[in-house]
Amino acid sequence: MPEMVNLKINDISVSVEAGSTILDAAKKANIKIPTLCHHEDLCIAGNCRVCVVEQKGVNALKASCATPAEENMEIFTNTNKVREARKTIIGLLLSEHNNDCLHCYKNGNCELQSMAKDYLVDSDKYISILKNYEIDRSSPSIIKDDSKCIRCQRCVRTCAELQDVNALAVSGKGSEMKISTFMEKPMDYVVCTNCGQCVTHCPTGALVEKNYIDEVWDVLNDPSKHVVVQTAPAVRVGLGEAVGLDAGKSYTGKMVTALKMLGFDAVFDTNFSADLTILEEGTELLTRLKDKIENKKDVALPQFTSCSPGWIKYIEHEFPDILDYLSTCKSPQQMLGPLAKTYYAKSMGIDPKDMVVVSIMPCTAKKFEANRPEMYSSGYKDVDYVITTREFGRMIQQAGIDFETLKDSECDSILGKHTGAGVIFGATGGVMEAALRTAYEIITGREVPFSNLEVTPVRGLEGVKEATIKIEGCKAEWKFLENVELKVAVAHGLSNARPLAAQVQNGESPYHFIEIMACPGGCIAGGGQPMPVNNNIRKKRTEAIYNEDESLQLRKSHENPEVKRIYEDFLEKPLGHKSHELLHTTYTKRKKY
Amino acid sequence: MVIDIKEKERKVNSHKKRVNLIFKEHDIDKLIEKVLKTEPEKIIDEIKDSGLRGRGGAGFPTWIKLKGAREAKSDIKYVVCNADEGEPGTFKDREIIEKKAEKILAGMMAVAKAIGAKEGIIYLRAEYNYLIDGLQKKIDVFNKKLEDMKFDFTVFIKSGSGAYVCGEETSLLESLEGKRGEARNKPPYPAQEGYLGKPTVINNVETLVYAALIMLDGAECFKKLGTMSSKGAKVFSVSGDTDIPGIYEIEMGMTLKEFAELFGDSNTKAVQVGGASGFCVPRSKFEETVIGFEGVPTGGSMMLFSDKRSMYNILHNYLEFFVEESCGQCTPCRVGCQQLLKGIESIKAKEKSKKYIDELLELAKNMKITAKCGLGQSVCNPFISIVENFREEIVY
Ligand SMILES: Cc1cc2nc3c(=O)[nH]c(=O)nc-3n(C[C@H](O)[C@H](O)[C@H](O)COP(=O)(O)O)c2cc1C
Ligand code: SF4
Ligand code: SF4
Ligand code: SF4
Ligand code: SF4
Ligand code: FES
Repeated sequence: MPEMVNLKINDISVSVEAGSTILDAAKKANIKIPTLCHHEDLCIAGNCRVCVVEQKGVNALKASCATPAEENMEIFTNTNKVREARKTIIGLLLSEHNNDCLHCYKNGNCELQSMAKDYLVDSDKYISILKNYEIDRSSPSIIKDDSKCIRCQRCVRTCAELQDVNALAVSGKGSEMKISTFMEKPMDYVVCTNCGQCVTHCPTGALVEKNYIDEVWDVLNDPSKHVVVQTAPAVRVGLGEAVGLDAGKSYTGKMVTALKMLGFDAVFDTNFSADLTILEEGTELLTRLKDKIENKKDVALPQFTSCSPGWIKYIEHEFPDILDYLSTCKSPQQMLGPLAKTYYAKSMGIDPKDMVVVSIMPCTAKKFEANRPEMYSSGYKDVDYVITTREFGRMIQQAGIDFETLKDSECDSILGKHTGAGVIFGATGGVMEAALRTAYEIITGREVPFSNLEVTPVRGLEGVKEATIKIEGCKAEWKFLENVELKVAVAHGLSNARPLAAQVQNGESPYHFIEIMACPGGCIAGGGQPMPVNNNIRKKRTEAIYNEDESLQLRKSHENPEVKRIYEDFLEKPLGHKSHELLHTTYTKRKKY
Repeated sequence: MVIDIKEKERKVNSHKKRVNLIFKEHDIDKLIEKVLKTEPEKIIDEIKDSGLRGRGGAGFPTWIKLKGAREAKSDIKYVVCNADEGEPGTFKDREIIEKKAEKILAGMMAVAKAIGAKEGIIYLRAEYNYLIDGLQKKIDVFNKKLEDMKFDFTVFIKSGSGAYVCGEETSLLESLEGKRGEARNKPPYPAQEGYLGKPTVINNVETLVYAALIMLDGAECFKKLGTMSSKGAKVFSVSGDTDIPGIYEIEMGMTLKEFAELFGDSNTKAVQVGGASGFCVPRSKFEETVIGFEGVPTGGSMMLFSDKRSMYNILHNYLEFFVEESCGQCTPCRVGCQQLLKGIESIKAKEKSKKYIDELLELAKNMKITAKCGLGQSVCNPFISIVENFREEIVY
């Protein structure tokens, strides 16, 4: 039994575990205290001070998020003194703020705005001290507007604690204090991975994604363009929230209908190329294992997954010496792009120069990825525009679509079919699970030895997960793997990736295959997903992903009929000549500064 | 004039409350031996008995911190000497460091023995870097001495970061750890979780010296001086409109009337007690105001203002100081300081009505109860005391 602390909040008795804060205790008593700098993913800052409460017998107010609950405390959360103090603080925040809500990207989904609405501060209470800031639009993924920053440091803590990147830091003191980058360099110049976690953790419009909504409308309205779209696995479980529905449901069918209504000429599914990735990446892994074990060659093992572009930029900056360990597979987004402009274009008789590929992603790093110089293997820009789940939600609203009442539709052939294995790419551990389902079966001819194909050790929100699978009863061509204990690891959130990468760098990694997703929880909580984000929401979205997997007939990538067909008609075989040309890539060593 | 000053100095130095403890010659070896022989509990008891309270400004009873750190369970503990001396108008710690560093070290040793620390750090104001060479030599001798006596305690110097807020104990700890100088949330207090998360006692230079003297001569020598709530003596840095600026060790409990008579002239209009974050006391309240924890506390800074001074300019200077020196992390202090400054400027410029000063007073009061650390909490001290006593000067 944990030690308990008893206290009273607004005369309600509550008992909380020792170490809990007053804020936690209030929550338990069903009392909401406004917060800004607090975020349950992050360490306590206690700097915005809006969460102040009164303690009986104490003159100074307490920041409830940062003050431990103590035995016999009597706390009041709604006295005149408390309300006046909060009003003062909100008034102060607004006095240094660019209060341009009507033109703001976060209008309607802004924590500062909603607090201002609740507390009604007179506009002339304080004098505007808003400074002139230059908006940083240098990054292809993220816009940083200091005039909307409340200095809560959620972004700084996110980038440091969750991502271990430290691209953002506090600079200056006093009135000059602000959030900046290393040496005040533009965002596209620093070690930022474009993961967008700072965006999903920013309470205001100071950090937002760079949006390409108008560009997408323009091509949709251009009759000379054949515009195809792909949606990532995690989009369907976040989209509901983006259009005002509750978290925890997958909306694949309605999503496809909405896309058709928006005017896309063909609706494809990144799940398809996720399945394809498994065949390419799985074959790559088996080849490396074969070279190592049977041919005694010096090959880079473990193999890291490569589908998370935030992770790719991270390893390029932080561990440039171990890029050989990355799978050479492009991410599913960047596989589908060139296939659309070659395989699909040819089958439809469309000139790829008249084609536009739009991706809808739960991710801001995918915007950066699409702009990488390697991503022109179709002869054109493989993916033209990347928009997030949030931008997609906005387009649905602009188009006046009543999403909830839509009927289901199916994706278009020949890049639209998918299996459950492709779907679970959206959650941490999903790529690993999908790969194991296929690889184990290729090697042994039998299903992966987990009930209902659920590789549970790699599921869930644990920061680093491990599994060991003993391979027995191999087919003849894989005999070298007989009795090998395949060791795998899964990490999500770049701070969890670092120790695994460091092990590889030091030659001490015990693993064969490592999945890394840049965002905590995986793509379901990617930097392009709806806000807010917290572990409760992560769990709901993850559940929706696994439910979708379970509901499908086909749950192994190698059973995807369109994947089989593309190998027969076009690619020939995994790691074949065409695959190399279109589906594999190279990486770039980058510096830290 | 010259004669006048000599006469004034003579008057001050012969005043019955003028004392000489800190700068007196003492037998340091005897002091070290005494500390070595005293049991930790006894050190804490003696300091408790003396009534010593922190000399860095906040005036917290020194023994409570020692007890807290002593009881905290940890193999590693630290003693930190706060020599950041950033309060405008304070320069007494510099003098002590230059002249009596051995006593500071002995005080750190006493604290170390009391709590069980093996390492001591002197956080030295960046502007005092020129003192490092001399101080380091004394530290080397001291460290060697303790080593020879088989007492496991070593002192290091860390040069400060040059920000006022780093004198605040938790910002100081952040700075020591190589981070940006920003106040931490309290609790946990440094005595529980301080430097590198370990129990740490942080004391002002002067507090440590008095602690050493109490160890040498017993609590009695200290507690016989001063008043009920303000025991002992204190080193004051006297500046401003006075003919005899300088450093004076004086018994606690002097009234401002006595003080102004000694240091000021007939035109002293106010005394700012405790530096920028302290209180402004107008002439009309000199008689009733005691310098000490029962009246106006001070970390040592005493600044006299003659009637030629504009209180608006003084307040303006202080606010500019806070606008710049706030660490900037918390809303009430970062924005509040700027609003107070802008506010009085706007009233002066007639862009805001005189009544706006009341809104600013409310703001200052709110800052006191909502700011995260002592810096933001104490901006209201000068603001309210100056505005309430010199309202006309501020609003016209
Ligand atoms: C803004 C600010 C600045 C401070 N600067 C100093 C300083 O320069 N020197 C000092 O000894 N204490 C300073 N203090 C007080 C310290 O936080 C702390 O209370 C003190 O070092 C404790 O030592 P003491 O108990 O011996 O006074 C400052 C406090 C604040 C809020
Ligand atoms: S960040 Fe929020 S409060 Fe600020 S302008 Fe945008 S919506 Fe309004
Ligand atoms: S996008 Fe990711 S890496 Fe870049 S600043 Fe934000 S949190 Fe840090
Ligand atoms: S950018 Fe956003 S998260 Fe970062 S400090 Fe400003 S308001 Fe907070
Ligand atoms: S009160 Fe001022 S100095 Fe202290 S934490 Fe807040 S902003 Fe920083
Ligand atoms: S939410 Fe508690 S101080 Fe910001």
